[in-house]
Order: sequence, then C-alpha cells, then structure tokens
Amino acid sequence: MWSAGLTLFGGSILVIAGLILAELNSVASVAWRKLGILHFLFASDWDPVQDKFGAWPFIYGTLVTSAIAILVAVPVSVGLALFLSEMGPKALRRPVAFAIEVLAAIPSVIFGLWGLFVMVPWLRTGVEPLLQKTLGFLPFFQGPTIGLGYLAAGLILAIMILPTIASVTIEVLKTVPLPLKEGALALGATRWEAITMTVLPYARPGIVGAALLGLGRALGETMAVTMVIGNSPEVHASLFAPGYSLPAVIANEFAEATGDVHVAALAALGLVLFGITVILNALAQVLIGLVSRGPRRGAR
Amino acid sequence: MTSLRWRRFVDVFWTMASGAGVLLALVPLASLLWLVVSQGAAGLSWSFFTSLPAPVGEPGGGVGNGIVGTMLLVAIASVLAIPVGIGAGVFLAEKGDGRAGAVVRFVTEVLSGVPSIVIGIVAYGLVVARMKQFSALAGGLALALLMVPTLARSTEEFVRLVPGALREASLGLGVAKWRTSLLVVLRTAAGGITTAALLAVARAAGETAPLLFTSLNNQYWNLRPDQPTASLTVQIFNYAISPYEDWHSKAWTAALVLLLVVGVLNLLARLLARNQMESAR
Repeated sequence: MWSAGLTLFGGSILVIAGLILAELNSVASVAWRKLGILHFLFASDWDPVQDKFGAWPFIYGTLVTSAIAILVAVPVSVGLALFLSEMGPKALRRPVAFAIEVLAAIPSVIFGLWGLFVMVPWLRTGVEPLLQKTLGFLPFFQGPTIGLGYLAAGLILAIMILPTIASVTIEVLKTVPLPLKEGALALGATRWEAITMTVLPYARPGIVGAALLGLGRALGETMAVTMVIGNSPEVHASLFAPGYSLPAVIANEFAEATGDVHVAALAALGLVLFGITVILNALAQVLIGLVSRGPRRGAR
Repeated sequence: MTSLRWRRFVDVFWTMASGAGVLLALVPLASLLWLVVSQGAAGLSWSFFTSLPAPVGEPGGGVGNGIVGTMLLVAIASVLAIPVGIGAGVFLAEKGDGRAGAVVRFVTEVLSGVPSIVIGIVAYGLVVARMKQFSALAGGLALALLMVPTLARSTEEFVRLVPGALREASLGLGVAKWRTSLLVVLRTAAGGITTAALLAVARAAGETAPLLFTSLNNQYWNLRPDQPTASLTVQIFNYAISPYEDWHSKAWTAALVLLLVVGVLNLLARLLARNQMESAR
C-alpha cells in the first residue's frame, strides 16, 4: 500500500509533464493548422488585427538577447566561481555565496523595475553613446540610443542567469579530484596553470551544462525582458533598437488576445519555447551528470 | 619555456580578472537592493498595506488587495502542490534508485526549467478556457505546477539526509515500512521539508508572468477562487509600466514589500535548514 502510494506520487510527475505537453498542444493546435509551421516560424509580420502571425521577430529577439546574456554572464560567473573555489581568499566564500543566493531569490518583476528605471537610463545616456562612438562602425551599435532594446534585455538577463551558472559551476568545480590539481602544482605549475591544465578540462562539460541551464533560464525569462526590451515586433541588426521576445509577447498579448487564432498563435509560441527549453535542460542534465560521475575514459 | 616572471604575472592577472567577476556580480545586486529600499521606503505607511489602489492623481491608496490576492493564490497553490511535491520527493528518496526513479528524477529536473510563462498557458487552457473566466484558481494552479518540481527535488535531498541507521533501527524493531517512513524518516526530515515548502512558497509569491492571463488583476478585494484576483507582483508590473510618476513610486514601495515577504520566507527557510543540518549530524 505505502509503496504503491509513493509510486503514485512519483508517477504524478510524469502525469504533470504529459498534461503540460498535451494542454499546450491543444491550445496551440489551431495555429499549426491555419498558419503552417514553417510559415509561422519564419514569417516576420505580426499583426493580430489582420490575422498575420509571423513568429520570427520574437524568435530573433529571444535568440539575440539570450546570446548577449550568455556572452556576458558565462565569463563573469565562471570567473566568480573560480575565484571563490580556487583562487580567492577563503573568507570570501560564505558571504559571496550568500549574496549569489540573494540575487537568485529576487523576483523577476523587481529586476524589471530596476532595469527600467536604473539600467535603461544608464544605457541611454552613458553606455550606448560610448559604444556608438568607439564601435559605431559595427552594425550592432548604430542608430538612435533609446535605452530600451535588445542590449538592455540581454544585460538584465545576464544578471538574472548569473546565479544559476555560478552556483552550478561552483558545484561542478567541487567534484574535480584534488590529486589532479596537486599533481600539477607539485610539478611546478602556477595556480592559474594548474587550473587551466587540470581543473578546467575536467570540469568543462559541467561548465557547459551550467551555461546551458543559464541559457534555458534566459530564453524563458519573461517579466524583466518585457519591461526593458521595448516591445516592438521588428527585426533589427542594431542592439540599441527595440525588439520583442517570445515570452514577452505572450505576457503582453495573451490576456487580451483577439480571437481563437491569436490565442493559438501565442500558445504555439509557448510550445516553441517549451520545446527549446526542454531540450536544453535535458542536455544540461546529461553534461553535468558526466562530470559528477567521474573522469571519462580515454586520453585527455 | 616562458620565464617564471611572466608566468607569475599571468597567474596574478587571471586571479584579478576572476576577482573582477565577483565585483561585476555584486554591483548590480547592491544597486538593486539599495534602490528598492531607498525609493520604496518613502511610500511605506499603514494605509499602503490596508487600502485599495487609488486612481491616478488621488492621494493615498495602497496594495492591500494585492497582498491579500497573493496570499490567496499562494494558499491555493500550496494546497495543490505541497502534498504532490513532497510525495514525489519521498518517492525519489525512498524508491528512486531504480530505473523508474531515474526517469522521474530526470523529468523533474527538466520540468523545473520550463519557463513560468509556458506554465501560465497550461493553466489558462485547463481552467480559464474551460470556465470561460479568469480566476484565482487558474493562477493558483499555475503556481502549483511551478512549485511541484522544486519541492520534489529539495524534499528528496532532505529525506536522503536522514541517517540509514535510524530507519534500520525502526525496521529492526519490527515496525512496518510505512510507519517507519512516516513516523521515523519523515519526522526526522520534517524541518528540511518545511524548508523546501517555504522556499517554494517564496518563489511562487514572486511569480508574475503566469498570473497575467490566469488570475489577471482586480481593482477590488477578492477572496473567491472563481474570480479574477489582484496580486502584488502584477500590481508592481502595472505600476512600473504606467506613464505616471506617482504610480512609479508605488511600484517601488510595492517592490519593497514583496522583497521583504520573499526575504523573510527565505530567512525562515535558511534558519530551519541550518537546524536540520545540525540535528542530522
């Protein structure tokens, strides 16, 4: 009885997963039938009033902002993790780890608030004009500096996924066997050389897994992005330009969606998002599992 | 081979570069906390907690209905999610070493990464589309679906902390399996499981995205599960994106209130977890 009951609870997780998939699919089904998958994904005009549903501006915005977030957050959080667990003074470990936990616990709508009233003005008057002056020959840094846009969304995402990547990386670094590093140090390597020669190669799949987890969070993060990305369904090369993302358009339009196709199209965007994040998370789990299970066979 | 001096320089350089990572991570955190406190504190007053939102331009007004609404949503979510999440966690800890356990654990991990906005669509389809009305129940269900995976994962961790000897002693005395699980293992892990529940509640209380089109919003007080309901987070969002200076300052104050709620829940959870760790040793 008891054991059957427990199994039932365990099975309920699988039921929930199935329910999520089935329900998403059923809300979205009209969209696939009426719009066609390929056209829906790659058309770039979104005008619900005229029944035009092209998802590309949102997919593009999601990819661009997540890419910025990963490019900024991975080096910073791997640096932070290395400093805390390998290089910096031990006394810093606890307070910084606590600060990272605090950062992870802050609700995303508060990040959005801060982003909107603190980061966006700073980007508009400080960072973006500077980037334009120095790197303005690149297509990414041209056009009017509004503040709201891809860059703002990418940076706020970077801050938000930093705790995820940093804490997983710290856990992964803990699993590196000490003798490896000691061996390198005993042979006369400096601390940094020991890290690049032993710690990083060993931990690499785990760090990639951490980055994928962070990427999964960035892709699905809604409120903060909605508040700073500018909410304009267009595709721009410039990072200063306002854009849109998959979660943001769902957040803004779902409650007031006009008609069945609009609701279904938004749910289809959700299904796309669901698919991407599930694949990323599964991949991340496998990679992190590889590291914590011990050394791989074969030469390195 | 490069000279020793150069190698030392490279070592110091990368130590400092990685230290810069710590600074880069902490600066936004410090800025955010400072601004929420400094901008939000000015608007704090008793009536902010107890009154309904005021129209633009009128003085006063608060987020009382949002606070009550968030409590209602979190209560619904807890009732739905806590038994399932804890049950699944106990399953993973007690019977999760086989292949079935591995599958459930993997799905739990993957589910905990599903964006909350997507879960909102699911709750919309399950409740709002069927009842043809936005409701607290729909919002609560969305939050519940988000809570279950996190709860299951952390419950498993805490149940696994219970020393095997305790269980063996109980089984050795002839106590039935289910009684051992309930009265020995779960009772020992109770503090930890409470921690897990508090953390899940804290996370749910801060969610906004899945509420936007499930519980929607409400200008008035509401305690009925079948009616749209205000929530603290949706109010912060609406105030923040409004064009009014007055509402912006209300957004900061509401953010301070939310941060305090989430902070207190997390603090309680940490204290409980520390006790649990010590008693498990």
